[in-house]
Amino acid sequence: MVPVAWYLLLAALLFAIGTVGALTRRNGITIFLSIELMLNSVNLTLVAYSRLLDDRTGQLVVFFVLAVAAAEAAVGLALFIAVYRHRRTIDLDRVNLLRW
Amino acid sequence: MTDLLWLIPLLPFLGAAANGVLGPRAPKGLVTAVGVGAPGVALALSLGILWDYAARLAPAPFEQVVYAWTAGPSSIDVAFLLDPLSAVMLFVVTFVGFWIHLYSVGYMGHEGGYQRYFAYLNLFMGAMLLLVLGANYLVMFVGWEGVGLCSYLLIGFYYDQKIPPEAGRKAFVVNRIGDFAFLIGMFALFSTFGSLRYTEVFAAVAESPERATSEYALGLSLAAFVTLCFFIGAAGKSAQIPLYVWLPDAMAGPTPVSALIHAATMVTAGVYMVVRTNVLYQLAPGVSLLVAAVGAATAIFAATIGLAQDDIKKVLAYSTVSQLGYMFLAAGLGAYTAAIFHLGTHAFFKALLFLGSGSVIHAMSGEQDMRRMGGLKRALPITYWTFLLAALAIAGIPPLAGFFSKDEILAAAAGQGHWLLYAVGLATAGLTAFYMFRAVHMTFDGSFRGTEEQRHRLHESPPVMTVPLVVLAVGSVVAGWIGIPQVLAFGADVNWLHHWLEPVIAGVGDTAHAEHHLPLAAEWGLILLAVAVAAGGILLARRIYGGDRALEGERRVVSALGPAHPVLVHKFWVDEAYDRLIVRPLALVAYGFWKVVDGWIIDGALHLTASVTELTGDLGRFSTTGNVRNYLLYFFLGVVALLGWIAL
Amino acid sequence: MIETLIFLIFAALALASALVVVLHRNPIYSTMSLVVTLISLAVLFVLLGAPFIAALQVLIYTGAIVVLFLFVVMLLNVGREEIGEQRGLVQKGAAVVGAAAFLVIVGLTYLEGYGGAEMAPLDEEFVSLPGLAAELFGRYLLTFELVGLLLLVAVIAATVLAARPRPAVPAEGGALAEAAAVEPATEADERGAGVVTERPDGEDRLVASGGSAGGAG
Repeated sequence: MVPVAWYLLLAALLFAIGTVGALTRRNGITIFLSIELMLNSVNLTLVAYSRLLDDRTGQLVVFFVLAVAAAEAAVGLALFIAVYRHRRTIDLDRVNLLRW
Repeated sequence: MTDLLWLIPLLPFLGAAANGVLGPRAPKGLVTAVGVGAPGVALALSLGILWDYAARLAPAPFEQVVYAWTAGPSSIDVAFLLDPLSAVMLFVVTFVGFWIHLYSVGYMGHEGGYQRYFAYLNLFMGAMLLLVLGANYLVMFVGWEGVGLCSYLLIGFYYDQKIPPEAGRKAFVVNRIGDFAFLIGMFALFSTFGSLRYTEVFAAVAESPERATSEYALGLSLAAFVTLCFFIGAAGKSAQIPLYVWLPDAMAGPTPVSALIHAATMVTAGVYMVVRTNVLYQLAPGVSLLVAAVGAATAIFAATIGLAQDDIKKVLAYSTVSQLGYMFLAAGLGAYTAAIFHLGTHAFFKALLFLGSGSVIHAMSGEQDMRRMGGLKRALPITYWTFLLAALAIAGIPPLAGFFSKDEILAAAAGQGHWLLYAVGLATAGLTAFYMFRAVHMTFDGSFRGTEEQRHRLHESPPVMTVPLVVLAVGSVVAGWIGIPQVLAFGADVNWLHHWLEPVIAGVGDTAHAEHHLPLAAEWGLILLAVAVAAGGILLARRIYGGDRALEGERRVVSALGPAHPVLVHKFWVDEAYDRLIVRPLALVAYGFWKVVDGWIIDGALHLTASVTELTGDLGRFSTTGNVRNYLLYFFLGVVALLGWIAL
Repeated sequence: MIETLIFLIFAALALASALVVVLHRNPIYSTMSLVVTLISLAVLFVLLGAPFIAALQVLIYTGAIVVLFLFVVMLLNVGREEIGEQRGLVQKGAAVVGAAAFLVIVGLTYLEGYGGAEMAPLDEEFVSLPGLAAELFGRYLLTFELVGLLLLVAVIAATVLAARPRPAVPAEGGALAEAAAVEPATEADERGAGVVTERPDGEDRLVASGGSAGGAG
């Protein structure tokens, strides 16, 4: 029997890795991937708790998270395309028109 | 009818408000109706109430509370008091006030600011009535400040010229010094007795005089402290040494204003206040003596200056200061009836003198210098005869009003053995007669010394101006007859005024002032002496200035006085001294405060705050890098912090 | 026993591939690595008694979303990330510190509360699909419908955002011709398979029209 704690620990680690990735990389795509990673860690947590508490609500939330992630990915990538058209780059450090 | 007491001060205030609202473009008839009607109705009302009061209630005081304002354990009310003393004041103020308002219709008819004038004048009446009808020191103070304000407004009436606003400011500032002392006195009274109501305070003092005579502050008893403070206030308002300097400058205002405010009513407020507080003055003999001494000194001091002035209004101004000195001399000696008596008679003849001079100035197209007048008695007969009558009255010639009132004052001085004060008073009487008739002769006798243009325009004033002159002249004659001393009435006790005021002047405990009575012969002697001195003054003036000798006479006097003359002309350089010693240092201090305290410190603190904010903003904007990663970081750190706070 | 083993293997796999996602220079490698992570997680889902979710994970996440990523990567021809300026050390440091703090908080929370509770053994009913469906279409029906609406909105948004900006109709004929030439490429959206197969000059046209249409490039 695998204790719940291990799953949670794994999820936390994945989240941390995803965060560092999102904050550290300059490439927009990679940032996005890191965010997806974070979402997945959350999914893992939810499913683990669902199992622990014997309540399927957790799984259903994951279901919705999945859908939202898809929507978000679509819109986000569309934004990237739009940005690329104007700035010819996905390097988010170069996209800083709102600089002081 | 006496219940309508509260209407009396209210009516002029309403008149002022109405005229204020009507604005400068209102039709003159309407302004006049309001401006003269309000005091007119007030006068009618006053007469009715006085009749009612005298018939029914006197001598018991009648108090009417309009609004009770609770201040701590006791209340200070908006309340009016009608008692023998305030009744006299009420009559003087409303009667003389009304006729001056009427006179103003003619005098100010061609001036700009007609509506503004009447609004201010009505406002003044209202405030003055508050002052005399107040039932406690606070209401009096409100009226006190009100008349001070109106004085400022009316002195500076011709605000587009240079001098009037400065004079108005000077009046206000000098008065302020007195007001400050008045306030301190009020505070002392209130903290000791818990009330400012005349009836309550005086009753408390009468009940236990020790409260007032035990030591209070600065080594003085409470009575001494309060009376001293009050006297400083009175000195400011009633132009005694050293706070008289504003009154001559106040002549910059329109002449009816000078008549009403600076002769008949406002300047008498100080005298009224001292007489009202007689209970305390009787318990502070030292301060009372000071009052008498200052009064006498002021009387003779001002008289000497008056005989060297060429502006007719200035002569009258210094004369007012001098006569006010007489009133304080009387009050200081405990002869309160005499003080009020002289206040009343003086109101009549001084107002008359001023209105007469106004008539002259009006006829002379604005000329005020007596050296350029002369021979006006043919052109202005009514003005001449009324003016002459007033001059005789002020000189103290029987049976005119001034004689009786002045005589009572001198008798009090002599009766108490204050021979120095008596001598000063007598000398002043002589000087008064002299400078008054100098003015009469220079103005009305001899041949005309003005320009052709002015001669062409000479005309007697219209009835709206001459009728008040006549009325006041009648008053100057008969007003004295209410106070005929016993000695002259062949032993009959017909001093009506004395009896009327007696309840208010009652002595306190065993310090009751019994007016010393001189032996009959001595009294007669003094009377004859006073009349002789006055007559002497008149004849001397006639000798020097009469006929056509005005200018020549002046030259002789100037050379006779020698080096003393410039001193008198320059009013002993008092104004200049004040300027050097007080005004300029204060101005320097004020300048320092402005530049350093206000400029550097206060503004600096503000600017500092602003600069710090600006700086913070300038530095803070470096956080807006435009870089999404940075923003994500801030976001994330915030979330972690929040998480930590919630979870732990 | 076996369960533990499976868990360990796939957990390690997930972690390793997550690290690759985050650390690798080439975005294509990152994307592929994400696939590995996702599938590992799917296995873990099965272990936790959520086979349906696992299936969805593979189908939707890896099958659609990651594919979408790949499309965009190739469309935009994103190359290796240059090893650029070394600025942003503060940023990196702060990120690591923040993540560490996060882990610490999680750890502390774990120690205080939920943690080592025992899990009940799986039963048929929990895992069954009909049960899940009953709840989904029963209690969470409204949410389900709203999510559908959300997806619709997302599709519209994505279409609008990614659409090539239409050039304004100019007066000259020359520009009109250019606009006409631009027309066929307008149908490209993030699914633009057609655009991908076009050769460089097609790309140039994409870029060119983007530039002429108004690029504050």
